[in-house]
Amino acid sequence: MKRKRLINISKAIGKYLFRVLTLLLATSVVAFVLASLSPIDPVQQYVMGAGAVSMEQREAISEYWGLNAPPTERYLNWLSAILRGDMGVSILYRQPVAYIIADRFINTFALMMTSWILSGIIGFTLGCIMGIWRGKWVDSIIKRVCLVLCSVPTFWLGLVFLLIFSVWLGWFPIGFSSPIGIADSDVSIWQRLYHLALPALTLSFISFANVAMHTRQKLVDVLESDYVLFARARGEDTWTIMKRHGFRNTLLPAITLQFASFAELFGGSVLAENVFSYPGLGSAVSAAGLNSDVPLLLGITLFSALFVFSGNFIANIIYGVVDPRIGEERPHGQAIGD
Amino acid sequence: MDKQLAIKASGQRFGFNRRVRTVIISIFLLGIIIGIFIAGIFIGDDAMAVDFTRKGIRPSWEYPFGTDWLGRNMLLRTVKGLSISIMVGTVASAVSAVLATIIGIAAAMGSKWMDSAIGWLIDLVMGVPHLLLLILIAFACGRGLTGLLTGIAVTHWTGLARLVRAEVLQIRSQQYITISRRLGKSTGWILLHHILPHVLPQFVVGLVLLFPHAILHESSLSFLGYGLPPEQPAIGIILAESMKYLTGGMWWLAFFPGITLVLIVILFDKLGENLKTLLDPYSAHE
Repeated sequence: MKRKRLINISKAIGKYLFRVLTLLLATSVVAFVLASLSPIDPVQQYVMGAGAVSMEQREAISEYWGLNAPPTERYLNWLSAILRGDMGVSILYRQPVAYIIADRFINTFALMMTSWILSGIIGFTLGCIMGIWRGKWVDSIIKRVCLVLCSVPTFWLGLVFLLIFSVWLGWFPIGFSSPIGIADSDVSIWQRLYHLALPALTLSFISFANVAMHTRQKLVDVLESDYVLFARARGEDTWTIMKRHGFRNTLLPAITLQFASFAELFGGSVLAENVFSYPGLGSAVSAAGLNSDVPLLLGITLFSALFVFSGNFIANIIYGVVDPRIGEERPHGQAIGD
Repeated sequence: MDKQLAIKASGQRFGFNRRVRTVIISIFLLGIIIGIFIAGIFIGDDAMAVDFTRKGIRPSWEYPFGTDWLGRNMLLRTVKGLSISIMVGTVASAVSAVLATIIGIAAAMGSKWMDSAIGWLIDLVMGVPHLLLLILIAFACGRGLTGLLTGIAVTHWTGLARLVRAEVLQIRSQQYITISRRLGKSTGWILLHHILPHVLPQFVVGLVLLFPHAILHESSLSFLGYGLPPEQPAIGIILAESMKYLTGGMWWLAFFPGITLVLIVILFDKLGENLKTLLDPYSAHE
């Protein structure tokens, strides 16, 4: 029985990995086509700062870049280069794209993980509070706050936080991931955290509502079940019931939901990083688009897709493997909780 | 008999039953939205004229939202911006909802191959972070209004398409569909007379509920600089411009445009919820 389950699980994982592979390939095609549809001339963009450039030199650049080749050949060249680990050179920063992504991803990862954990904890706690006191005034107030937060644009919340905490109260700095004028190696962890706080707070405020509402729904289902009624009849108090039934049944869906929310987290970080001029992937990608830096734009797109698919993959595994009730048979390859 | 009387009495206490009340609230919400939209159209360029004699005025009775660093009236700019947002949001979510309905029905009615292909396509669209996909499309269209509209229209259909697919799958297995088929009706006839009328409420509610997403993405893209040209007072552009002046203490430049945007989004959300109770056959007669 156990062996059969193991086989089932590895089959499901294999199937999902295949699906992710085809999806990543398709993402690269779509991104490449979209980038080459742009009416902006890459050569013009490249030589803009270089002063006088003759037509022959332009021709030489586009020949060197292979711009005169047919689109399929260009795509295949680009793809094979990426598979060999060469993502090209950023026009905007004049550095290898792989280096920029690695460098900035550390910042973005710190930001996203902080807000991810924060929003998970806040959302789950609020969801539990709403579930326990469902129908009471606490429930309706938090519910209303969650619904309003869903309608608030990320960047505006960032601006309001900036106004309150940085401009008005002066508690936090206006921007950047470290103090200006200090070498990167001298920046202490506390200074980094200090500069991370406001963007992370903004991001987690945007995303905790979803987890909270979901947890509330699950918890209400659990608390109104027959076995909880029986537990109450045995004389267990609310805390014991939460410990024995509530948390066990709601924690897993909440964690799954959090892993499936990587796409939104990434989108939110683009906005938050732009508001707080935080040097991460998000501010890099919007700058890349505005300055027609195609290699960087494509590189970050592919990287973010990989990131999102890994999140969905983990969500699928948790949903299908960790939960003992599931894992026997389940329609595979679907993202959870979207 | 007694029970019926009691229900009647409780309904008459408020003058209306819930259905009528929901209709009135919906019309009211729609009226506010249309009102703002029309007001925005009538605000001409001269109303937003630059006037340095009144620059940087705090919110007052004369200028409820204050004026900016060029002396432009922020209330007029905000209403104009909201009007633009409503227009972009309506067009984009209408296109998106039509797309979603067609794709959802195709997935449910087509072959198994078609269904899994559409499922794969939905996964593809959702795999790239939404904002990044919007940036890519805006980039492909060379920025501006076209890119904004295209991007929002072609990326918002996924959720509603899944809903429509599930709905159609459920209707398709109903007995009257089988009977209709046995009576010799073609698939097209069944689609038109049996399935579309059932999908229509989903379509309308989905359309209205798509709107908040569309308008939030519109303002986000404009904020990042991909949307409308900078001289247009879209809310995203107003907020992006205001960032330079926040440290100088001009908080009203960011606060009021943003909060009105939030209110519009909530209005549309409420309108969607109301329409849902009206059109859903299970809750329509409560």
